[in-house]
Amino acid sequence: MSNYFVSSSGSRSKMAAFHIDGWLLLGLLALIGFGLMVLYSASGQSMSMMKAQLIRLGLALAVMIVFAQISPQTIKRWSLPLFGVGLILLAAVLLFGHVGKGAQRWLDLGFMKFQPSEIMKLATPMAVAWFISSHALPPRLRPLLIGFLMCAIPTLMIAKQPDLGTAILIAAAGVFVLFLAGMSWRLITFIAVLLSAFAPVMWFSLMHDYQRQRVLTFLHPESDPLGTGYHIIQSKIAIGSGGLDGKGWLQGTQSQLEFLPERHTDFIFAVLSEEFGLFGVLLLLSLYLFIIGRGLLIASQAQDNYSKLVAGSFTMTFFVYVFVNIGMVSGLLPVVGVPLPLVSYGGTSMVTLMAAFGIMMSISTHKRMLANN
Amino acid sequence: MFKKRIAMQDFVAESRLFKRRAIVAMLFVSMLFGVIIINQYHLQVRLYQDYQTRSEGNRIKVVSIAPNRGLLYDRNGILLAENIPVFSLELIPEQIANMQETLTALAGLIDITEEQQESFLKDVRQQRRFNSIALKEQLNDQEVAILAANQHRFPGVTVEARLSRHYPFKDLFTHAIGYIGKINPNDLRRLEQQEVLANYAATREIGKIGMERFYESRLHGTMGYQEVEVNNRGRLIRVLRSVPAISGENITLSLDVGLQLTAQQILKNQRGAIVAMDPRDGAVLAFYSNPSYDPNLFVHGISSRDFNYLNNSPDRPFINRVTQGVYPPASTIKPHLALLGLETNTITPTSRIWDPGYYQLPNNEHRFRDWRRWGHGWVNVYNAVIESCDTFFYDLGVKLGIDRISDYMGQMGFGQRTGIDLLEESAANMPSRGWKQARFNQPWYPGDTVPLSIGQSYWTTTPLQLLVTTAVILNKGQKPTPHLARSFSGTKNTEEVSPPLIPVIDMVDEKNWDVVMDTMRQTVSTVKGTAYNAFRDATYQAAGKTGTAQIIAIAQDAKYDADALDERHRDNAMYIGYAPYDKPTIVLAVALENAGGGGSNAAPIARQMLDYYFTAGVNDNE
Repeated sequence: MSNYFVSSSGSRSKMAAFHIDGWLLLGLLALIGFGLMVLYSASGQSMSMMKAQLIRLGLALAVMIVFAQISPQTIKRWSLPLFGVGLILLAAVLLFGHVGKGAQRWLDLGFMKFQPSEIMKLATPMAVAWFISSHALPPRLRPLLIGFLMCAIPTLMIAKQPDLGTAILIAAAGVFVLFLAGMSWRLITFIAVLLSAFAPVMWFSLMHDYQRQRVLTFLHPESDPLGTGYHIIQSKIAIGSGGLDGKGWLQGTQSQLEFLPERHTDFIFAVLSEEFGLFGVLLLLSLYLFIIGRGLLIASQAQDNYSKLVAGSFTMTFFVYVFVNIGMVSGLLPVVGVPLPLVSYGGTSMVTLMAAFGIMMSISTHKRMLANN
Repeated sequence: MFKKRIAMQDFVAESRLFKRRAIVAMLFVSMLFGVIIINQYHLQVRLYQDYQTRSEGNRIKVVSIAPNRGLLYDRNGILLAENIPVFSLELIPEQIANMQETLTALAGLIDITEEQQESFLKDVRQQRRFNSIALKEQLNDQEVAILAANQHRFPGVTVEARLSRHYPFKDLFTHAIGYIGKINPNDLRRLEQQEVLANYAATREIGKIGMERFYESRLHGTMGYQEVEVNNRGRLIRVLRSVPAISGENITLSLDVGLQLTAQQILKNQRGAIVAMDPRDGAVLAFYSNPSYDPNLFVHGISSRDFNYLNNSPDRPFINRVTQGVYPPASTIKPHLALLGLETNTITPTSRIWDPGYYQLPNNEHRFRDWRRWGHGWVNVYNAVIESCDTFFYDLGVKLGIDRISDYMGQMGFGQRTGIDLLEESAANMPSRGWKQARFNQPWYPGDTVPLSIGQSYWTTTPLQLLVTTAVILNKGQKPTPHLARSFSGTKNTEEVSPPLIPVIDMVDEKNWDVVMDTMRQTVSTVKGTAYNAFRDATYQAAGKTGTAQIIAIAQDAKYDADALDERHRDNAMYIGYAPYDKPTIVLAVALENAGGGGSNAAPIARQMLDYYFTAGVNDNE
């Protein structure tokens, strides 16, 4: 056990006193810095947007620090109640929710609008991890099935809003808990086969027209260059014309002249690709990889299974964000509304994400006290 | 204790399991990042050129700039065709909060018709919202002033100036200069055939008629263009590259405003044509067809009311009487015929015939009458031209025969286009045996030659053709090519127009030229001459020949009575003349429709033209 006492040194121990993981913070700040630079260009050098984003980032960082102070035990105790509240709120959204952009996602609390699916991004993996970690690992079939059920309920409720992007993220978060808990490879293969068999059913019965259209457009973007294919074509032109070293900061013609839609939100990766080229993309991916690597290391070194599973799941969800966003912007995946984490302009998801990083920092820095107990 | 040990064992195994899964997860992440990188490499490196091209295609648009059309000047540099700014009221829909309110308010300020509003609203629906769309074109000064004073009340409403062709002398030069009008599908087809369509991308008007059409390629200029950067809505962001348009060449005409005005003032309501030329080089000094019309009507599209009025007018203002007016030359060709008679030795300067007042073909009862019913008595070539004796020329014509007349007159330029720098020109008709056979499927009879010998029947000519063939006599066989353009001045250099004289007749005896010219001098200067009265007391020595062309045949023994005839059946009055006699600098032709006798009607007009010409010193710098 003694190795847990000597893991920290120098300034990092000072950081640890505030329950901040230095390496993770460094990675996040580097990413945020680069992201702000790209956003400045993507927003058309809008100072008001920069200001709003900075305020949001400040708030998100504060949330992260606050969450880092809460011990993993406390967080673990909250897992199930939070999950329960989240489910109730999701049901409320479906019943009384505010309709925006054709989807029912918001709950109007009078003083603010609130997206309960954001809670579920944290609550689902936390609740699944809580449940799975109460059994021995690797989990047997029964707890696994219950775990799957715990993922499926919020996923389907959110998919019904409809918000496919968030649904995918929540499903992924829950499934990663099960995977990291040691679900057998045979079962993984079986589920994969089952899912591919289930795909046609999803296509015809569960997906909305616009979602089907997105998939079709993804497969043949040039078939409708002015309609739904426009986004992806313009996005690929922006990426491709960036070349190796890019057109230069603020010099991206696709983005500055607004050929690129949603340039400061979901498609900001295309702006980065256009202005900073392949080198910029590699830098961005390196930053993400660094954060993901650090996250998985924190998970591996966590003291109890709950912490391992939660930290691992949060990290992998973060990765799913990155992959789904870049995949859709560069034409590898259908268009699904997922922002590029910590780079895209926008609100609630960033706060949720930083709350998750706060929990990971808590896990990374509360080991000593845990060991002392 | 046992329980705890199991837990401890589990913890180690679980920790190892989790680590393995975390490594798998990391590998999974790395693999998918690898996929992203490969895809990025594909897009950004392998397909870079494609996407680079498409990106440039998105943002760069080429905007063409119409060149300024070349200007037209008279011989003294007076502007005849210019480009003036015209003002139009234009609105940018994007900047207007309430379109209907704005329209109502504007209609309260200046006169805007329902029709204009409707067509404007139609344009608004069809065009992009940031484009400026014209509500009313061709604003007058007062409207411009009113709108300027109220501009602050109407954001998005502007008064725009565009260049528009304007002919300040209105109807004075119409038949020479012509006009421009909106490019129509026929023009487009022609431009495409000439492979110059691309140069017209920004041009809205094209020369339709006259010099504007003939010199279209010189006047138009070369289109310029701008490569501009646009955003996704097509709005211009900045100009990347600009190639200025090259203005069309300016053309200085040989025409003289004063001489034109004189012609117009003399003719008043008289249908007809006056054309004058410098015989030495073919420079046209006056070119006026009456009645004329205002070419400015056509620049912005003529209204159907105006067009129908002009098109249906019995005076036929659209006809260019100088080059398309086909008239019997009448006695004006007597000098030409005399020349042929002399050259062929059919007559000599002194040979004479007896004129009883009529001419009869051998073994034929039909009498071809002389205009003087009692005859001219003994006439030689001098009297014959001076007094315009018909019988002498009936006799000469029959002796010469149709073939020689047709050939020779053809060489002089009758029945042929003169080659003036206009597309609107008729060749008129110099008849021949072959022509009659083809036209009427009939042989040529001697009886056809008789009226032909005094420039009647099948023989027709345009005033310009008459002018050029007369110049051939003055130039002793050298034919000038008439031209309205005197010089072209482009951006770099100036090009003078001086088509060479074409030798068309090789005279056997040089003295014959002098004989014929002398007969024309005496027509003007001797008391018996048909143009004597018209040129009495002239300060210069003129020469000329009158002509009176019958429009309808007069019965064998009937008497021509002008007053009894319908105005449109009266004789055409013709005149050709030149001055100064010894060294001509001007030759002119006058054709007056249904005016009566040439000596009393056409010759005085020639006199007035020549008086002005010498008083004003039109051609003095030559």
